[in-house]
Amino acid sequence: MSVVEIKEVTKRFGETTALQGIGLDIEEREFVSLIGPSGCGKSTLLRIIGDLIQPTSGSAFVNGKPARQARIDRDYGIVFQDAVLYDWRTVAKNIALPLELARWDRRRRTAKVKEMLDLVELEGFESHHPWQLSGGMQQRVSIARALSFDPPLLLMDEPFGALDEMTRERLNMELLRIWEASGSTVVFVTHSISEAVFLSTRVVVMSPRPGRISDVIPIGLPQPRTALTREEPRFFEFVTQVREALHLGHEADRAAEAPA
Amino acid sequence: MTTAPTAVQPVPRGGMARLVGRRLVDWLPAAVVLVGVTALWEALTRAFHVQDFLLPKPSAIASTFWSTRSELWSAGWFTFQEALGGFVLGCGFAILVAIVLARWRALGSAFMPYAIAANAIPIIAFAPITNTWFSPLDKSSKISIVAVLCFFPVLVNTLRGLTSVNPRAIELMESYAAGQVQIFRRVRIPAALPFIFTGLKVATVLAMIGAVVGEYFGGALNALGVQILTRARVADFREAWAGIVLACLLGIALYLAVSVVERLTLRWVPSTSE
Repeated sequence: MSVVEIKEVTKRFGETTALQGIGLDIEEREFVSLIGPSGCGKSTLLRIIGDLIQPTSGSAFVNGKPARQARIDRDYGIVFQDAVLYDWRTVAKNIALPLELARWDRRRRTAKVKEMLDLVELEGFESHHPWQLSGGMQQRVSIARALSFDPPLLLMDEPFGALDEMTRERLNMELLRIWEASGSTVVFVTHSISEAVFLSTRVVVMSPRPGRISDVIPIGLPQPRTALTREEPRFFEFVTQVREALHLGHEADRAAEAPA
Repeated sequence: MTTAPTAVQPVPRGGMARLVGRRLVDWLPAAVVLVGVTALWEALTRAFHVQDFLLPKPSAIASTFWSTRSELWSAGWFTFQEALGGFVLGCGFAILVAIVLARWRALGSAFMPYAIAANAIPIIAFAPITNTWFSPLDKSSKISIVAVLCFFPVLVNTLRGLTSVNPRAIELMESYAAGQVQIFRRVRIPAALPFIFTGLKVATVLAMIGAVVGEYFGGALNALGVQILTRARVADFREAWAGIVLACLLGIALYLAVSVVERLTLRWVPSTSE
């Protein structure tokens, strides 16, 4: 059974068609990146999977259920570009928030928060407030929070987009380790070609006006990926392949615009 | 990757000095100004033999304050109760209304323009009217004008706080299948607290003004505003000034009390805990 199933999804915002006839299946344990230029609807697609916005037509299923039911069943965790930590809560209480909403008792919550802090390597920071952490640390708290209730699906909307290159590469490695450890499926929105290739089992290339899928590229690099993966010739071949797919999509877009 | 927890500053915690937000030494410049201005006032009124009806000497006001302290205190307490009652009533109601308007936005957009306009009305002008609604001798007449005065700034600030939450923070709660009540309780209200306290602090100042000025239009004999008015009419300027000083002190006390509650509540805000 697919974890995510998108059938003929179209989304319009007034006159603009953000997404046109999108179909996509994502299997269990996959790491799928959505990449494309601004306005290609990749974040919109992620929000439709999460039932944070509704498609104009078509439907999205998560774990075989309509997206709305999956959201109510807390089948996914989401991470945004900014960590969106609640300033009035400590690190531990931020991570525990979804658990409070799911009515876990205090003892289970405390144990789980400790486990998550270990997972993202932030032991000792539980009573810190968000403003006392660096951007990279905040984003790790945000990931811990998204995974705290063991959702089978993790949705990530450019989670490392605001971080510097060094921190970003380090967090890429950590994310892969967490993905291995948690056994979840990941849908990851990014602008960065190398990030998409490095992390993903499949890269979905999207193009704008109207937002659509122009190519799907399986990334046949061996698992687990390491720092050395980025230096392999195969890595660069995939980077080139994704880049060309992005440009093709872009040119098709220009060609469609040109005659008028 | 390992990061030592010591790499980050611990949450600052402290005693009474922290409650008022500063170390004593930080208050020094302000204290110097207070002493300086008072000394200058004293010196000038003595040097130019300024008459009491223009401006009494600070030392004369202080000694009058001390000798009439029991009457002053009982009048001050009477008026302070009016101010406090109106403050609690007006602010409490304002916060409730703000929550309703934030929850049902259509209501909010229908009422907000009037709330903002009402905020600009000199509501104190209605004091003679509330004096006729209730007996001027009754505390209710002053409590009601104070409540109306406090209502609008708290409403406008609270509503701004409740509605200017990062949309991602709300989406995140929705992703956890949280309902509206939980979103208000766990996100909108905590996020609005700094705004609410800003409104409350404006309201503390208005509360004392409302009670005292309300009494100028008629009130019980044992009310601070009435005392100031009658003393000034019979040329007891020192006693009138002593009353004014007490009104100031009570206003400042209410403001400080709210500030202390703010600091205790908003420990998570860097600017209030540092």
